[in-house]
Amino acid sequence: MRNLVIGAVLVGLIVLAALISFLWTPFDPTQVDAALRLQGPSGAHWLGTDRFGRDLVSQLMVGARTTLYVGIVAVGVAALVGTPLGVFAAAGPRWLGEIVLRANDLVLAFPALLLAIMFGAAFGASTLTAMIAIGVATVPSFARLARASALQVLSTEYVLAARSAGRTGPAISVRHVLPNIAGLIIVQCSVSFGIAVLAEAALSYLGLGTQPPTPSWGRMLQESQELLAVQPRLLIVPGVAIALAVLGFTLLGDGLRDRFDPRLEGARAQG
Amino acid sequence: MALLRKAGIFLLTLAIASVLVFAFMAVLPGDPAQVALGVNATPELLAQTRHAFGIDRPLPAQYTDWVGGLLTGNFGRSYITGDAIGPQLVDRFEVTLWLVGAATVVAVIVAVPLGTLAAARHRKASGTVVSGLSQLGAAIPAFLAGIVLVEIFAVSLRILPSGGWTPPDADPVAFLKGLVLPALSLGLVQAAVLTRYVRSAVLDVLREDYLRTARAKGLKPAQALVRHGLRNAAVPVMTVLGLQLATLLIGAVVVERVFVIPGLGSMLLDAVGSRDLIVVQDVVMVLVAAVLVINLLVDVLYTVVDPRLRRAR
Repeated sequence: MRNLVIGAVLVGLIVLAALISFLWTPFDPTQVDAALRLQGPSGAHWLGTDRFGRDLVSQLMVGARTTLYVGIVAVGVAALVGTPLGVFAAAGPRWLGEIVLRANDLVLAFPALLLAIMFGAAFGASTLTAMIAIGVATVPSFARLARASALQVLSTEYVLAARSAGRTGPAISVRHVLPNIAGLIIVQCSVSFGIAVLAEAALSYLGLGTQPPTPSWGRMLQESQELLAVQPRLLIVPGVAIALAVLGFTLLGDGLRDRFDPRLEGARAQG
Repeated sequence: MALLRKAGIFLLTLAIASVLVFAFMAVLPGDPAQVALGVNATPELLAQTRHAFGIDRPLPAQYTDWVGGLLTGNFGRSYITGDAIGPQLVDRFEVTLWLVGAATVVAVIVAVPLGTLAAARHRKASGTVVSGLSQLGAAIPAFLAGIVLVEIFAVSLRILPSGGWTPPDADPVAFLKGLVLPALSLGLVQAAVLTRYVRSAVLDVLREDYLRTARAKGLKPAQALVRHGLRNAAVPVMTVLGLQLATLLIGAVVVERVFVIPGLGSMLLDAVGSRDLIVVQDVVMVLVAAVLVINLLVDVLYTVVDPRLRRAR
C-alpha cells in the first residue's frame, strides 16, 4: 500500500510537471543568456541556471515530457507485442510457437543500446529512433516472461483439469494463463518503464537520443559532467529527477503487484 | 538430441542475424569511399577505392565475402585507417569481457544474498530496508554512478584512477585498481535490479506448498528455503541474469565512455562517429553473436535446473 502511494505520487508529480509544461514554464527552457550563466538558485530561477544561462526548472519540466513520451511509446510497443507473443509461444500450436520463439531470440540479440546506435547511424539520432529502438528491444523480455510464466501455469493441475473438462487452448490462455501472469506483466511494465527512462538517459548522454535544443534529463547530465566539481547542482538536479522517475514507476508497479496478486494478500494484511 | 537441436537453432539465428546486420549497413546512406577520401576525390579514385573496399560488387557477393572472412578470422580492413580490424577487435573484446565479468561478479555477490534476505524477511524492517535500497540503486543510471564514483574516489580521495586501462599482464595491480570503479558502476546498478528479481522469485517460492511441507516435516525455514526453495527460485532468476549479461555487455558501451576504456563499446562509438561502416558492421556482429551465445547457454542451463520444463516442451 505504501509503495503504491509513494509510486503514484512520484509518477503523478512527473506527469503533472509534464502537463503543466505544455501551458506554462517559468522561462523558455531553450533561452540562452550568457549574462545569466551558472547562477545559483534564486527567487526567479528556483534551481538556478546552467552553463548557457538556461533556467533549470523549465528544462526539468519539459524534460519530463521527453521522459514520459519515450517510456509510454517504448513500453507500449513492448507490452502489446510481447505479451500475446509469449502466451502464444507457450500455448499455441507448436510450430507457430516455435517461430515466435525463434524471432524472439533473434530480436533479443539486438539490445536497446545497440539497436539505437544502429538506428542512429542509419536515420540520424533522435527521440523517435531512441524510443523505437528501446521498444523493439524490450519486446523479448515481455515475450520471454510471458512464455516462462505461462509454461508454469500450463503445467499446473487446474489447467489439466480444465483441459480434461474439454476447454480449448485459447480459452485456457484467456481464463487461466492471462489472469495468472497479469501481475508479473504489470511489474514488468513498471520495471521496463524505468529501464526505458534509464536507456533514454544513457542514449542522450552518448548523444544518440534526444537532440538539442529539446530538453532531456540525460543530456542535462552530459552537459554538466565536467562541472561536477564546481557546480554539483547541475548534475544532482537531473540525476535526482531520473532516479525519482525510475523509482516512481518501480514502486507503482510493486504496489500494483501487491494489489493484484491474490497470493500476496495475506502478506499485505499482516504487513 | 535436444542439445543438437538447440545448437542448430543457434546457428540459424546467428545466420539470420548476420544477414540483418549486413542488410542494415548496406542500406545506410553515404558512400564509404567518399567518406574515406573526402569531398575532393576524383571519380576515378573513388571507383578505384570502391573496388579496393569490395563495395562495387553485387550485395550477395559482398555478403558471402564478409561472412566467409568472419568465419576464417578475417574481419577486413578499416575504411578510414586501412588497419586490419581483427587483431584490434580481439584486444577490445578482451577488455570488455574483463569489465563485464567483474561487473557480473559484483552483481551476483551483492544480489543473491540481499534478495533472499529481503524475501525471507519481507515482513521485517531489514527486508524493507534492503528492498528500498535496491529500488533506489536500480533507479540510478550506471554512467551517473560512474561519474559520482570518479568524483569521490579519483578526484577527492585520489585512491583510484579516474579512467584509462592497464592490461592485466602489464601491471596486475594497476589493472585491478583501474577495474574497480568501472566494475562497481556497472555492477552495482545491475545488482540492484537483480536483487528485485531474486526477492520476487524467492517470495513466490516461499508461498509454495512444498516449502510448507518441508517445514512441516521439521526443517527450519532457512533450511527449507536453501534445500527446496532456491533451486526453484533459480529458474526465473537465471533467465533475468542471462538477459542481464547481454545488458551488461551493451551497458559497458556507456561505462567505457565514462572511464575512457578501450573496449568494444568505444570502438563501436568511434567507428559510428567517423562513419567507418565496416568496423561498425564487424563490432555489431561480434556483440550480437556474443549475446546469442549467452542466450544459448542460459537456455541450456534452464532445462538442466528445472526438469519440468523438459517435459513441457
